[in-house]
Amino acid sequence: MNGNGRRKKIFQSDMASYAMILAAYLAAELFLRSGAAGSLFKGLLVPLCIYSIMALSLNLVVGISGELSLGHAGFMCIGAFSSASFSMLMKGQGLPNGLCLFLAIVIGALSAAVFGFLIGIPVLRLKGDYLAIVTLAFGEIIKNLINALYFGVDERGAHFSLKDGAALKLAGGGRIIIKGAQGITGTPKLSNFTVGIILLLLSLFLVLRLMNSRTGRAIAAVRDNRIAAESIGLDAARLKLLAFTISAAIAGAAGVLYAHNLSSLQALPKNFGYNQSIMILVFVVLGGIGNMRGSVIAAVLLTLLPELLRSLNDYRMLIYAVVLILMMLFTSSPSFLSFRRELLLRLRGRGKDGREVS
Amino acid sequence: MKKQSSMLLAAAMLLSLTACASSGAKSESTASEKAAGGSAKWKIGAEGPLSGGAAVYGNAVANGAELAVKEINEKGGINGYQIEFKKADDEHDQEKAVNAFNSLKDWGMQVLVGPTTSAPTIAVGSEAEADNLFVLTPTGSAVECTAPKNVFRVCFSDPAQGTKSAQYIGEHKLGKKVGVLYDSSDVYSSGIRDAFVEEAKKQGIELTEDQQFTADSNKDFSTQLQKLRDAGADLVFLPFYYTEAALVLKQANTMGYKPIFFGCDGMDGLLDVENFDSSLAEGLMLLTPYSADAEDERTKNFVKSYEAQYGDTPIQFAADAYDAVYAIKAAAEKEDLKPSLSVSEIGDGLEKGMTEIQLDGLTGSGMRWSAEGDVDKEPKAVRVENGSYVSAE
Amino acid sequence: MMSFFSYLLNGISLGAVYAIIALGYTMVYGIAKMLNFAHGDILMLGAYTAFIAFNSLGLPIPASALLAVIVCTLTGILTERIAYKPLRGANSLAVLITAIGVSYLLQNLALLIFGANPKSFQSFIPIKPLHLAGGALTIPGETIATILTGLIVAAGLLLFVHRTKAGQAMLAVSEDKGAATLMGVNVNATIAMTFAIGSALAAVAGILLCSAYPSLTPTTGAMPGIKAFVAAVLGGIGSIPGAFLGGVILGILENLSKAYISSKLSDAIVFSVLILVLLVKPSGILGKKITEKV
Repeated sequence: MNGNGRRKKIFQSDMASYAMILAAYLAAELFLRSGAAGSLFKGLLVPLCIYSIMALSLNLVVGISGELSLGHAGFMCIGAFSSASFSMLMKGQGLPNGLCLFLAIVIGALSAAVFGFLIGIPVLRLKGDYLAIVTLAFGEIIKNLINALYFGVDERGAHFSLKDGAALKLAGGGRIIIKGAQGITGTPKLSNFTVGIILLLLSLFLVLRLMNSRTGRAIAAVRDNRIAAESIGLDAARLKLLAFTISAAIAGAAGVLYAHNLSSLQALPKNFGYNQSIMILVFVVLGGIGNMRGSVIAAVLLTLLPELLRSLNDYRMLIYAVVLILMMLFTSSPSFLSFRRELLLRLRGRGKDGREVS
Repeated sequence: MKKQSSMLLAAAMLLSLTACASSGAKSESTASEKAAGGSAKWKIGAEGPLSGGAAVYGNAVANGAELAVKEINEKGGINGYQIEFKKADDEHDQEKAVNAFNSLKDWGMQVLVGPTTSAPTIAVGSEAEADNLFVLTPTGSAVECTAPKNVFRVCFSDPAQGTKSAQYIGEHKLGKKVGVLYDSSDVYSSGIRDAFVEEAKKQGIELTEDQQFTADSNKDFSTQLQKLRDAGADLVFLPFYYTEAALVLKQANTMGYKPIFFGCDGMDGLLDVENFDSSLAEGLMLLTPYSADAEDERTKNFVKSYEAQYGDTPIQFAADAYDAVYAIKAAAEKEDLKPSLSVSEIGDGLEKGMTEIQLDGLTGSGMRWSAEGDVDKEPKAVRVENGSYVSAE
Repeated sequence: MMSFFSYLLNGISLGAVYAIIALGYTMVYGIAKMLNFAHGDILMLGAYTAFIAFNSLGLPIPASALLAVIVCTLTGILTERIAYKPLRGANSLAVLITAIGVSYLLQNLALLIFGANPKSFQSFIPIKPLHLAGGALTIPGETIATILTGLIVAAGLLLFVHRTKAGQAMLAVSEDKGAATLMGVNVNATIAMTFAIGSALAAVAGILLCSAYPSLTPTTGAMPGIKAFVAAVLGGIGSIPGAFLGGVILGILENLSKAYISSKLSDAIVFSVLILVLLVKPSGILGKKITEKV
C-alpha cells in the first residue's frame, strides 16, 4: 500500500471515530430531550466520558509507546484534587461557572502533566513489567500522600501539613480545603455531558494527531525497535517522555471532570487506587491496544455493564467477572479468533480459502 | 481482525446502551403512574457496599433495613400502606453510589435508607437535594453528610463520638497517658480522632503517641503498638472498626502489652466475629449506643429474627438501619403521609416529621432529631468482661 | 537499641509472610511470564478451605491444611486451563486481564459462599511465642513457623528446578518456549504444573498469613497479594531466593519507616524505596540482568 493510500485510510478511520462520538452525543441528547431517559442513564453520561478519556490517555502510553502503566489513576487523582482545590478557593468569588471550569481543567491538566513529566524522567528508563510496577508504585504513593495532606488558606496565605488540620494553624476565618482522608467536600458541580464530550473529542484529536504525526511515528518506531530507532538518530527517551506527559495531562483533565461531577472527593482505593488503573488498562486491552475507537467503545461498555447487571443483586459482580473473562477470551484467544474468522468467511460464502481480513 | 473486534464491541455497546436507556424509561413511566395516584405502596431503597472490602457494613445495613420493612409490612405497613424494598450496591465509591442512587430512583424510590459510608453519603446527599428526596443515612457519620436539608442520620457524627470519648476518659480519669491509633486513610476514623485530640486537650489529658495505619497496611500493627508501649500509654484509643481491632488486640496480647483499649461504636461486633477468642478483648471499653447482647426485649427480638433470617449476629450497622426504617415510619405517621404524594412532598413531610418524633430504638431510647439532621442520644459506656458487655458506669 | 531490634523483628515477621506469598508469585511469573493478579485470591480460598475444614468439619490441623492445598491446586489448574491457556500466543496483557477477571470471580464467589463478615482464623501453628530480653522482645510462634516454611519451600523449589527433570523442563520453558517444544518438552503440561505448584504454595501462604493475622474476609488476599508482588519485583522477579529476600526486606522497610518516619506515610516510603532500587538495579536485587539483543 502506498503512503497516500495509507494516509487516506487513517484519515477515514479518524473521521469515523469523531463521527461515532458525535453521533452518540446527538443520540443521547435527543433521548434526554424526549424525556424518556431514566436517572441512571442521565447520571452515567459524564462518567462514560471520564472513562473514555482515561482509556484514550492510557492507550497513548500503552498503544503508541508500548509502555505498560499501572498508575494512571494517580494522574487522575492529581487532576481531581488540584482542580477541586482551585474551584473551592474560587467559590463565592463571583467567577462565572464556565470560566471556573475552564480554568480548573487547565490547572488539573497542567498539574498532572508536571507530575507525569517528573515521574516520567526516571521511570521511562525501565522496561516492561518493571515499568508497570514502578508506575503502580507512583500511583499508590500519590494516593497515600493525598490521604495525608492537609491544605488550608487564611488571610496569610496557603498552609500545608501532613499531620492534621490543627497543625495548619489557620487564623480565624481561614478554611481547610483538603482535609486529609476526609478530602474535599462541597466541590461545585460544574461537569456536564456537553463539556465531557468536548473534552473527549479534544483528547481524541490530540491523541490521533500525535499518533499520525512525525513524532508519533518516531515513537512507534522506538517502541518496535528501540536500538534501530536510536541508531537513526531518534531520541527515544525524549519522545517517550513527551507521550507520557501528554497522556498524564489528558488523565488529569479526566480527573477534573470527575471531581466536578460529585460533591465529595476522597482518594479511596476504589477510585484512585491501583484497581482503577487496572480497570482502565482493561478498557485499553479489550478495545485493542493502539485502537483509539476501540478504547472508547470498551470504556463505555465496561462502565455500563455493572450498572446493567444491577437487577442480578448478589450475583452482579460475579457475573461481571465471568463476562470480563469471556470477553477477553472471545476477543483475544488465538483459537477463538481463527474460529470466528472462519465462521465469518463461511457466512460470506467465500469458503475457507478466502483472503484473511486484517 | 481488529475491525471485526471493534465492530462486535460497538454492537455490544449499542445493545447495552439501549438496554440501559429502556430500562430507565420503563421504570420511569411506572413511577409516574404511581405518582398519579395509582400507587398503594411505599418504595424505600437502601444502599451501601454490598461487594468489595467494605461489604460487611453495607450488607448489614441492607439486611437491617429489610428486616424492619418486613416487620412493618406484617403489622400493616405505614399509615396502612405496604412497603416495597430494594437495595443497591455502591461499592464504597462516590461515583457508584450516585449510580446506585439513580438506579433506585428509576425504580421509583421515595425514601432512601443509606448510603452506609460517609463519602458516598455526601455525594448522594447533594444529588437527592435536587429532588428533595428524603435521605436517612443509618451510618454516614462525617459532619458534612447532613449538610443538605433533606439528609438526616441515625448514628452519631464523627466529632460527637470523638468528643464524647475524650470527655468520658477525662471525667473518669481512665488513663494517665493516652495514646491514639487510627486509620489515617479513613474518613470515619480520622474524623473521630481529630475531635478526640481537640477535646482531650481541653480535658487536660496527656496525649503521648499518635499512631496511624492505612487501608493498604492494615494487617500488622506491631510497630505502632510498640511505639505506644514505649511511650508508656496506659490507655489506647482505637477509633476504627472491629475487623482491624481484632488484629490489634491479638498482636498486643502476643507482645504482652496490656493498656486499657478504648473503642467507638465501630468496635461493636468484635465479640460476634466467628471463632473470635473473646479473652483477647477482656477489659476493652467502648462507647456504643447499641450492643447485640443487651437484655432489653427490643434488642433480643431483633437479634433473634436477624439471626434466623441472615445467619449472622447483627452489628451496629444493622441496628442503625433498622432504627432508620422505624424513624421513617414514625415521621410519616406523625405527618400522616401517603405514598401517593410526590417525592418532594414526602421529603417535606418527613423533614418536618423527623424533628417532631421521639423514637425508642435499638440504638437509643428517646432519640430526637434536630432540623440539621443530627440525632440526640447518649452512648453507653460498656466494658468487656468474661466475653460479654457489662455497663461501665 | 532494644526498640530497634523489636521493630526489626516485627519487620521480619511481616516480611516472612510476604516472602512466602512472593515465592508462589515469582514461580508463576518466571515460567508463564504473567502477572497472576489472582494469586492473592487463591490464597484467600486456601485460608477459607482450611477454616471450614478445621472449624466446621472438625478435621485435624494437618488434614485441614492438606485439604486447602488440594483445593487450591485444583483451582489453580482449572483457572489455568479455562482462563489462561486459551490465551497463549495472544498479547501478554490479555492474560493479565483475565487474571483480574479470575480475581474478581474468586472474591465474589467467596462473598456469596462465606458472607462478608470476617472470620477469626484459628492459628494452625502450635509454637508458643518466644520472649527475649525480659519480655521486651517477642517472636510470635507464627513468625518462626513462617520463616522456617519459607526457607524450606525456597530450598525445595531450588532443588526441584535444578535437580529434577520436571524442573529442568520448567527452566527450559521459561527460557524459550519454542526451543523447549523442539526439545520434546510438553509446554502445556509444564505450565499447568507451574500453576499447580504456585497455587499449592498459595494455600500454604494463606494458612500462614491467617495464622499470623487472623482476620479472614473475601478480600483478605488482595493487599498482601499486591505487596508480595512488589516484594517479588524488589527481589528480582523470577528469582526464588530473590522473592524470599524481597519479602523480608519489604516487611522490614515497612516497619522501620513506621517506627522512625511516619506510620501514616509508610506505604509511600516503601514504594519510594522500591522505585529507587529499580532505578539503580532495574531487574531487582537478585534479578538476572537482561541484555538487549539487536
